[in-house]
Amino acid sequence: MNYLKQVAAIIAKDIAAELRTREMLSSMGVFAILVIIVFNFALELTERQIIETATPGALWVTIIFAGMLGLNRSLSVELDKGCLDGLLLTPVDRSAIFFGKALGNALFMLIVEAIVLPLFVVFFNVPLVQPWVILIVVLGTLGFAGVGTLLSSMAVNTRAREVMLPILLFPVAMPELIAAVKATSGAMMGLPVSEWQQWLSLLIVFDVVLVAVSFMVFEYVVEE
Amino acid sequence: MLEVKSLVKSFGPTIALRGVNLSVPDGQFVTLVGPNGAGKTTMLRILATLSRPTSGTVTIGGHELPKGARDARRSIGLVSHQTLLYGDLSAEENLRFYGRMYDVADLDARITQVLEMVGLAHRRRDPVRTFSRGMQQRLAIARAVLHRPSLMLLDEPYTGLDQDAAARLETVMSSVGTEGRTVVMTTHDLERGLAVADRVVILAKGRVVFEANRDELDTAAFKEAYRQHTL
Repeated sequence: MNYLKQVAAIIAKDIAAELRTREMLSSMGVFAILVIIVFNFALELTERQIIETATPGALWVTIIFAGMLGLNRSLSVELDKGCLDGLLLTPVDRSAIFFGKALGNALFMLIVEAIVLPLFVVFFNVPLVQPWVILIVVLGTLGFAGVGTLLSSMAVNTRAREVMLPILLFPVAMPELIAAVKATSGAMMGLPVSEWQQWLSLLIVFDVVLVAVSFMVFEYVVEE
Repeated sequence: MLEVKSLVKSFGPTIALRGVNLSVPDGQFVTLVGPNGAGKTTMLRILATLSRPTSGTVTIGGHELPKGARDARRSIGLVSHQTLLYGDLSAEENLRFYGRMYDVADLDARITQVLEMVGLAHRRRDPVRTFSRGMQQRLAIARAVLHRPSLMLLDEPYTGLDQDAAARLETVMSSVGTEGRTVVMTTHDLERGLAVADRVVILAKGRVVFEANRDELDTAAFKEAYRQHTL
């Protein structure tokens, strides 16, 4: 029970700090909206087939780059004044710190996605606000936030940490993102679930593997 | 309380600590002095369970590190030159967060108590980033003693403070941070380090090169030893 309370305390702390500054959500939100606008004008999508092919990719590019901004901000908050050391000094299981930070990061990404999905519907006229797509977005976000939290903790100890995070994160998260794009595409086009189920399964497998590995190695990553 | 045996810490080819031995009984105040690069901060980070030793053993309150690190952390309070406080949160929110992480009983009353101890009760709802450096350091002490630790680790706590703020911090620490506790403090400041210590230890180039109890210490001889080992 204490474990869950400690995870909740970390999430509540991140929410309280964000409510005070709104730095993370505003930067992620503005970035996401700009990317949507740029895609909308740059691609000049007129044919239905091209729209359906390009939109899932554009959606996930928006999500992961906005997520990257959030991860960097989350990391810098913990670096400031040695707060990460403060967290590591507490007598809690390191995995509670990992889950607290990862769930907090996922929560902020989901809030931005709640804005991004309707905007995609408006700009691209595609049926993205539907249960299957929302499920895929939630699954992709959880995996991305999990591995992103681990790797941002790793990047903390490097000199060019803001540059290092995407270099570390993109190759690791790429298989999961490909599965997310493919599954989103199938769900959005209204294909039978059986036709894109393998991508959904792959997404779930990557989520489980990435989060499990992150959970196991987090302790070794954050300690010198 | 604290037992360090043959402690070695290396970062790649750089050896920061070379077989340090240190034993600190309950209630003793030990000041660890040494020049930059002597290994003081590395030593304190290991004692605080933030860094793993390369070899050697560290035992805190009967818990051997790193295996017993989680239990040992309950008895450790750390004050460093960094405050470990979230600037966007208020003083009270910071203490509430740490109190929940340490599972402090009767947290509201304890927060009020430690804020009054460090003279910041009137600023409890203000964001920490609006505090002066001295006030932030006093709040860092409140954070460090919130869970009633039996071992206080003080890593250059006076860094960045002006004379007034340092004097006030010293008063707060003597009344709040160190009372009845085992304390290990690192500092460059020989005068201040000597004034508060029961025992002084000189660390140079990763080794303990001098140690003596305060009551049997010849200050001039100590300063000469410091000069010899740090030049």
